[in-house]
Amino acid sequence: MGLNTVWFILVTILFTGFFFLEGFDYGVGILLPFLGNDDVERRVIINSIGPVWDGNEVWMITAGGALFASFPNVYATLFSGFYLVLVLMLVALIIRGVAFEFRGKRESKRWRTLWDWAIFTGSLLPALLWGLALANMMRGFAIEQDMNYYGGLLPLLNPYALLGGLVFVSIFIMHGANFLTRKVTDAIAERAKKTALTSWIVASALTVAYLVWTFFTTDILTKQGINGLVPALLAVVTLLLTGWLIRARKSGWAFITGSLAVVCATIIVFAGLYPRILISSLDPSWSLTIMNASSSPYTLKVMTIVASIFLPIVLVYQIWTYWIFRKRVEAKPEELTY
Amino acid sequence: MDPVILSRLQFAMTTIIHFFFVPLTLGLSILVAIFESCYVATGNENYKRLAEFWGKIFLINYAAGVVTGIVLEFHFGLNWAEYARFMGDIFGAPLAIEALLAFYLESTFIGLWIFGWNKLSKKIHLTAAWLVAIGASISALWILIANSFMQNPVGYAIENGRAVMTSFLELITNPNLPYEYFHVLAAGITTAGFIVLGFSAWHLLHKKEDGVEFFQKAFQWAAVYALIGAVAVCYLGDAHGKFLGKVQPMKIAATEAIWDTEPESADLVLIASIDEKEKKNGFEIKIPHALSFLLYNSWTGGVQGLHDLQEQAVAKYGPGDYIPPVSITFWSFRIMVGAGLIMILLALLAIIKPRVKALNKSQLFLKLLIPAMALPYIANTAGWVLTESARQPWIVYGLQKVQDAVSPNLTIGNILISLILFALVLGALIAVTGWLMYKSGTAEPKAEKAAE
Repeated sequence: MGLNTVWFILVTILFTGFFFLEGFDYGVGILLPFLGNDDVERRVIINSIGPVWDGNEVWMITAGGALFASFPNVYATLFSGFYLVLVLMLVALIIRGVAFEFRGKRESKRWRTLWDWAIFTGSLLPALLWGLALANMMRGFAIEQDMNYYGGLLPLLNPYALLGGLVFVSIFIMHGANFLTRKVTDAIAERAKKTALTSWIVASALTVAYLVWTFFTTDILTKQGINGLVPALLAVVTLLLTGWLIRARKSGWAFITGSLAVVCATIIVFAGLYPRILISSLDPSWSLTIMNASSSPYTLKVMTIVASIFLPIVLVYQIWTYWIFRKRVEAKPEELTY
Repeated sequence: MDPVILSRLQFAMTTIIHFFFVPLTLGLSILVAIFESCYVATGNENYKRLAEFWGKIFLINYAAGVVTGIVLEFHFGLNWAEYARFMGDIFGAPLAIEALLAFYLESTFIGLWIFGWNKLSKKIHLTAAWLVAIGASISALWILIANSFMQNPVGYAIENGRAVMTSFLELITNPNLPYEYFHVLAAGITTAGFIVLGFSAWHLLHKKEDGVEFFQKAFQWAAVYALIGAVAVCYLGDAHGKFLGKVQPMKIAATEAIWDTEPESADLVLIASIDEKEKKNGFEIKIPHALSFLLYNSWTGGVQGLHDLQEQAVAKYGPGDYIPPVSITFWSFRIMVGAGLIMILLALLAIIKPRVKALNKSQLFLKLLIPAMALPYIANTAGWVLTESARQPWIVYGLQKVQDAVSPNLTIGNILISLILFALVLGALIAVTGWLMYKSGTAEPKAEKAAE
């Protein structure tokens, strides 16, 4: 297997890790104002992701950095092309990132409510916009021969991409609700369980509709060789299982199968794209592929060595962190940090 | 208005604002880890209180530093797509390594540090503190490896119109790197020293008996810390200047506003009215031969002037204007050095304060240290402006010009929207961060345990 393919897989892994981990963070953030009825409850919800959200977010930053290092042309085309989408996402992430730290600094109710909604917006927008961006990548967009996209924002807001955004939001809400059910206690956990079930219905319906639409309008599920069909079927199966497990109150298992659904959903995208990364809707030969968009073999080699040493180390200490904070967060104000 | 200017404005704004927060986190993470080490070594609860108290200010800045850093991670794709294509093979690697080695480390262990006081053993908690500090320093290292290439390209070849890495070892052992890196690290230490001094001075001014001891201790530590940092910054900056004199004479000539070559010995222009249109200085105050002394440790030694360097650059790179914005480089350098020298003096006075009666009695010195908290920020910003603008018109010295680096597909409207959005959000961020720092810095430290 060539290094270009290795890096395509590594980038896929980083995005998968990002959507799996930040997926439930975003979900928890979106649910915060609705599942927490008073300040203590909201603090419990925030503390459920408190020690880990920052480390989770690094998966996105590393995915961006890895894209820059391995496929600089993709980094350039995607982020300059989706300019306003990315700007909006960055603004949302700025607000969200400081909200966790700043919220607890003042007692005032208005202050805290303000940051609750900052967390909500800062979680909703990135979820929506990543879904929108990936859907446009699956569908292809007007990349010209010079590898640049000149179309601006409006063509990116097509119905297919908007549905993609909603799919992401709904799956992440379900994912976050499953996480919370497992991570908090009593009344909040009960509410989270109910939300998990409702959002599961929405997420399943939207996902199936989206996959059907994908089947008929893109080649992601149908192209020759590697495509997204198998992961799509697995995504549907794991989603169905999740619904059943939520009902059966097996919250741990529901979180696991829901996570698998997120993982499968990410793999649909990348498997369906391979060996392309960005599809040109104008001319297939103008698409950016793992070959024409990549760094030199030397840089890929260096980066392969670095990644194969450090990524496993990162995994070890991040998993260890989850182990340290494995206990449910209880509604005891004196024990809450944030 | 054109996209290049707007993109530059946006990048300058986001970088400078990011660099408001970063130096303090660099320096304060180490100081907090030192306090916690003392706590673990001696069992003295006061050190734990020190670590917690200054840790709060650190965390506020850390959050602001992280979120502004995310913008930069993607900024090269947003506005500088041609740069990303031209340089991705070299520049992407250190950026990705920074994320892999530093960001994961910092952000994971900061979670453990914040939430782990009661969950981890003392030693493991201390390890988390040090890993956060080390992560911050590693992060600075890799981003400056990337920046050093832009200042002084090494270990590359040009293939098919783009820069390609030929030696990773040369990239990470760039001779420019040690000066730039340790200069920034020392600046971080200085910044932390002055923030702790400033808030401690505030408390000492406002307190009679209670809690005086706590802030005296912080004050003494910070005084030493600030002095070490400020002296190191100055020493490394001087060494960096000597190095640049050899590899980038244009940078030196612009920083010192030397228009005409001085073949024998160069005077140091202290202040001057610079006429960039006529390409000469009007009024000047000079110290004879001092520039030669600064560059070569000898009163003799020629310095090339901007006119000659411009001619050489045209011969080498083709027609164009290769002179950096002289007024900006000249004055940002003087502001940086001026602030640095004042900081050395203040840190020195802070150290000898307990032994000098006049200083110890006088409230004036303590009052002075409060506005002095602005000094490191002024110096940090000026230093950053200096190093980036003295490289103009290049984005990568000698390889790519800024005007060729910008994304070709952005409309002015797009960039205006993002510029305004970022300005609003980042402006609010600075305001809130500053306000929270003030609130935390002037708050009472956690009470001592009743038993003690």
